[in-house]
Order: sequence, then C-alpha cells, then structure tokens
Amino acid sequence: MKIFSLITVAAVFCASGAKAEPVAPSDVKFEDGAVVQSLTGIVGDPAEGREVFKGRKLGNCLACHVNADMPEESFHGEVGPEIAGVASRWEEAQLRAIVVNSKMVFEDTIMPSFYRDAGYTRPLEGFEGMTILTAQQVEDVISYLQTLKED
Amino acid sequence: MNIKALLAGITCFGVAGLAAHAGQDAKLSIDGEVLTTQAAAPAHTENLDEIYSGWLFRSGETQALQLDDFDNPGFVFVDQAIDEYSKVDGSAGKSCASCHENVEDFAGLRPTLPRVEGAELVSMEDLINNCRTERMGAEPWKWSGGKMTGMTALIGVQSRGLPMSVAIDGAAAPFWEKGKELYYKRVGQLDMSCSNCHEDNYNKMIRADHLSQGQINGFPTYRLKNAKLNSIHARFKGCMKNIRAQPFKEGGDEFKSLELYIASRAEGLAVETPSVRN
Repeated sequence: MKIFSLITVAAVFCASGAKAEPVAPSDVKFEDGAVVQSLTGIVGDPAEGREVFKGRKLGNCLACHVNADMPEESFHGEVGPEIAGVASRWEEAQLRAIVVNSKMVFEDTIMPSFYRDAGYTRPLEGFEGMTILTAQQVEDVISYLQTLKED
Repeated sequence: MNIKALLAGITCFGVAGLAAHAGQDAKLSIDGEVLTTQAAAPAHTENLDEIYSGWLFRSGETQALQLDDFDNPGFVFVDQAIDEYSKVDGSAGKSCASCHENVEDFAGLRPTLPRVEGAELVSMEDLINNCRTERMGAEPWKWSGGKMTGMTALIGVQSRGLPMSVAIDGAAAPFWEKGKELYYKRVGQLDMSCSNCHEDNYNKMIRADHLSQGQINGFPTYRLKNAKLNSIHARFKGCMKNIRAQPFKEGGDEFKSLELYIASRAEGLAVETPSVRN
C-alpha cells in the first residue's frame, strides 16, 4: 500500500516533469456541488487525513462531527451530521467540494470553508489571506473520508 | 436529493426544548431564593421560543458551586470589592461610599444596563469609571481588570434574582439594531456569527463544550477555566478569537451595542452574578 502510493507520487512527478503547484483557492472549480480536480495531483494520505480530522489546530472536524472511527477520542461534537459511512453517501468530488467550501453545497451552513483565503470579515491578525488547511491537507482528509464506507 | 430541505430539517432540531443533558432539570436556589433560569423568549427574540440561563448547560458539579455563596469562588472577588468600595482614591479624597453610602441602594441597576445617557450607550463599567474620573479624580480602571470585574460583581449582586429588562426602544433603538446586526454577522476565518452557535445549535456539544444560548445574565462570571471574574466584553473577545476573528475593542461602541442586544435576549432571566461557569 505504502509502496503503491509512492509509485503513484513518482508517476505524477514524472508525468508533469516538475513539481506541480497546488490549485489556488480562488481557482477551484465547482460544478454541481462537486470539485472533480484534485487540488494537488498527489493522492492524499488517509493516515495524515485522520490526524487532520481530529487535530484541534488542524481541521478539528471532530469538534462538530461524531466519528465512530475514533472511539479513542473522548469528545465528539454534535453540530454537524455523523461521519460514519460518509463515503457511501458522497462521491470523492462532492466530499472535496464540501471540505473546500461547504457553502457552495449547503447554503447558510455553519461549516467553515477549509480552502478559501479571501472574502472574510475581520479575520484575526495572523490569519488574513490564509486558508484553514493546505491543499494537501484537504486531499489527505478526502482520502481519509473515503475509507469511511457503510458496512 | 433536496439538500436544502434536508438541512432545514436538521436545523429544526436545534430549536427544540432542552434534551437530556445533565443538570437541566435543576433548580437554581440560593439561600432559599429560587432564581429564574428559564423563561418564554421575549417577542423581539423571534427565533427562540424559550430562553435558558447558561447555568442549565453546566455539569452538576459546576452548578453546585453557585448554590451557596460560601462555595462560590466569585465571592472572593466580591469581598475584595467591598473593601475597595470604601477605599479613598484620587485627588478629591473620596471613595465610592462617600457618595453611595449603602451599596445595597444599587439594587435594580444591573438588569437595566447598558442604557442610553445623553447620546451615548453606557455600560456599568462606564458608570464606574465616570465616577472615578469625574467625582473622585482617580484613574479609570481597565475595562476587564480585576478591580473593575470585582466592583461590577458587587454592584450587580445587589440585583441578584431580579429579571433582566433593558430598554430597547426610543433612544436605545439604534444601538439595539446595531447590536442585532453584529449578532447575526459572520466574521473571522471560521466565518461564523453569534447566532450560528448560540441560536441555531445551543444544547449541542461542540467537541468538549456544551453550547449554551450565550446569555449574559450571570456576568461578570467566575470561570473555572481562568479562576477569575470575567467581564461580558472579555467573553465576547474570547468568542471572536475562537472563530479567528479580530475582536472589537472592550468598552467600544460595537461591544456595547452587542451587550445591549444580548441583554435584551435575556429579558426575564434572573441576574445571577457572580455566576460560576466552565
């Protein structure tokens, strides 16, 4: 598995001939509530994505979503829907759209946009012009979420 | 699939009555006096049916600390303020007690603040600092400093049990409107408004925190988190930082307007200061 993803990474590098720049937040293309194109061209690492999901200084997704895959964590939030089986409800491209900018999918949702760097009111000093997650962290979370299928 | 309809359905759960979290059937009774912790929402709070004190959202252990003034750590600071009250300070050689002999005479003040005086909206901190600078010839206190929060708690506790009732019409109306606008305005990198958490999602867990309605009838409040009394504006500031928003200035027009609006949402709940929270 590890070797396989390494080969994939190598193949992507070879194909482009140089390190590809991630898609800029303002260039992400939404179509029918989905973002088809990977933000980095590098397949996400589900183990990293799991860390991003629970990390309080990273995605902190667990603050709002109960996640049955993380019984070792004491506190799961209840604000959003449960995450168990999320990959059976949404396609990869839909998951990417929801994580990048959920308001493009669910109007008026409380959920933050994890890959948007502009259009905010009074962002805290140090966070101006910043996205919450990097492009690769978003891809890592997408890969992690895709492991959460209904039995 | 109709996602919007689905979401609307989910949102509805947020405005249902309080569910089975610990401590929510509890009665806040101090020295035999039962304080009102739940009431019908006032007409101007159109998105809520019932209003609930933050006390109801805390664990039994935390709730218990507020049931007896000897157990309530907030009273350490009230006691300090009693000493401060009669301490002479400033060029006029006066203390608070020189003009206001009995602090008990302030009963009834807390639930009416902030209020409009002249063309300005004033909070209790403004009234205290105005006395200090204009009558005592003393330095103003920092808005959320220990001396100020102690004094606002001492003056506030004289009204404990009285229902919150700020004026929102007449001269107060434009300030109230401004506060309401701020309450519903999304800010910060997390792009959230006060209402997203405290109106749409109260009574749910956000990681380890049980979301309340964000009522301010218990302020200044003793927080176990920082072991001191916390002002209303300091709490607003903390919330804004949590959503990665640049906070407004403590004592500034924005926070005072927001204080008025949020105080109006608590109409009918009892003044609890010094309350005890997480």
